[in-house]
Amino acid sequence: MFTGTYIAQQLLNGLVLGSMYALLALGMTVVYGILRLINFAHGALVTAGAFTFFGIYMLLGWPFPLALAASLLVGGVLGYLLDLVGYRKLRGGPEVALLITSLGIYILLENLIKLLATPQPYAFRPPAFLGQLQNVGGVAFRTVDVFIVVVSVLIMIAFALFVKRTKLGIAMRATAESVEAAKLVGINVNQVVAVAFVLGSAVAAITGFMWGAKYGQISYDMGFMAGVKAFVAIVIGGIGSIPGAMIGGFVLGLVETLAVGFLPPGFAEYRDAIVFVLLILVLLLKPTGIMGRKEAV
Amino acid sequence: MQRWASLPGDVKFLISVGVLFLALFVANCTLNRYVLHVIILIGIYSIATTSLNLTNGYTGLFSLGHAGFMAVGAYVTTLLTFPVRLRIAYNLPLLPPFLGGPNYHWPFLPALIAGGLVAAVAALLVGAPVLRLRGHYLSVASLGFMVIITTLAKGLKDLTRGAAGIQAIPRYTNIWWVYAWLVVTIYVIWRLLNSSYGRAMLAIRESEIAAQSQGIHPMRYKLLSFVIGAFFAGIAGGLYAHFARSIRPYEFSFSMTFLIVIMLIIGGAGTLLGPVVGTAIVVALKYVLKPVEEGLGVYGLVEIVYALMLIGVMLWRPEGIVGGVNPLRFLFPKKGGRRNAGVPHGEAHGP
Repeated sequence: MFTGTYIAQQLLNGLVLGSMYALLALGMTVVYGILRLINFAHGALVTAGAFTFFGIYMLLGWPFPLALAASLLVGGVLGYLLDLVGYRKLRGGPEVALLITSLGIYILLENLIKLLATPQPYAFRPPAFLGQLQNVGGVAFRTVDVFIVVVSVLIMIAFALFVKRTKLGIAMRATAESVEAAKLVGINVNQVVAVAFVLGSAVAAITGFMWGAKYGQISYDMGFMAGVKAFVAIVIGGIGSIPGAMIGGFVLGLVETLAVGFLPPGFAEYRDAIVFVLLILVLLLKPTGIMGRKEAV
Repeated sequence: MQRWASLPGDVKFLISVGVLFLALFVANCTLNRYVLHVIILIGIYSIATTSLNLTNGYTGLFSLGHAGFMAVGAYVTTLLTFPVRLRIAYNLPLLPPFLGGPNYHWPFLPALIAGGLVAAVAALLVGAPVLRLRGHYLSVASLGFMVIITTLAKGLKDLTRGAAGIQAIPRYTNIWWVYAWLVVTIYVIWRLLNSSYGRAMLAIRESEIAAQSQGIHPMRYKLLSFVIGAFFAGIAGGLYAHFARSIRPYEFSFSMTFLIVIMLIIGGAGTLLGPVVGTAIVVALKYVLKPVEEGLGVYGLVEIVYALMLIGVMLWRPEGIVGGVNPLRFLFPKKGGRRNAGVPHGEAHGP
């Protein structure tokens, strides 16, 4: 039953899911690094991105690159607004206040989408060239799978370069290290946080498109689990480490897919439970994750 | 007023309870069934919110897993009180025979308490690892616990009938059951807060390190508050199941957990009556806005209003509606009864 092609197939599926988790984890970990905020609203941006693409590409019939760009734009603008309206006032206060506010913002966005788009799920058909079936050595996949993995890796490389090489990226790392020290050396912390939100949210919106294209269906509540699992990925990879978040995303995607693929059929419905059992195990046994530095958990 | 303030706390509590039940009696006789339905729902959610307040408000552990404990309580109570004639039709082979065999079922009260106890045991098992975590780690881990519980409820089809849920649960819950339990919940938490245990919990909330330096063992008190909170969450779940008459796993999921958190934050976490006030506002608002939502076909309106209220409270009044200026402060002074007057928080010692 577990032939080579079956295993390869599962690995590929895990890789695709993992790259989406990694993209989400990337955006979340940057915000977390600076504000110590688990941004629950991150998941809502996935939904927003998917619905923006759906509306512009499938309903208005704009060309694919434009629809994708619009999705990015909506994600980025939403991210900027959330930071400005929701979080800026609460910075420096108790961490839990930010957490509760992000929960409120998530519920707000989810239900705005529900109100605008009605609660029913929609069939999500990506452009034909992405839907083509490919077959390499018995492993079947669609072009969209390759698209997701390639684009994710490109985004991650671009982000790594941004953080390592550009002035703003260095300022971002410095702020994550210590907000106080960053202020002292003249870094505009508000600007850095805004950039972190905009970039992370735009990437989340693109992930929303990928999610819809991969699973063929979008609904108003699709983003929540994805967002929470992205946080699990951050913990697995190691809090505070950007490469760790990406590795954690891939590990989580692979574990989730392989657990469903290789455990007896009855266990498929426990996939969410498996993810959170993994989270609790990591927090207990190795709270610093794969690449994280020491931090009081 | 002067005389009322000088009465001992217990007497004031008893008088308040008397007034409450008199009001409920009048309401029960005069109001129509729809309004009574809302009043009962407020009572059930108040139990859940008040118990969540113990962990989230007083001990400073921001748990998001409360719906999970409610699910445990709801399922255990339901399985115990399940009517004999339905047991064969529902065919639940995993249900242990001694917990209500094919020929008998438990009465409501012991079943409810059993539900609360199982939820408390679950809290003990989950709390031991999860409560070691701080802040948001705890929030996500407890949310994860809730997901694990709902997935189990979906998966263990031979015990819970899976996603189909359990229907035709006898309707034992009424206004007296609910408000009697609410009074018990508030009483227990009130007395707890005025004991050395409660002082230790408050100290942990303010600063865990400072509490430790005073000889308080944080894990012990965190676990205690988590377990007591879970017990009453289980009771609320059991009452809910026997009120709604049907339970499905997804009911005890994110929306329920968030609803309870919203009620608590709006009312005022860390105040005795805040949770009840918040619950009353949120539930009443739902029944006011639901017709608007359905009439206009704008589904999601109620949740949007909740979310805006939550964000508004966090931005402009983080202590909640009741926090700060407590209109009912003369009833239940924050510092506890006269007995404890003058003992500053910081000097609380563990027993």
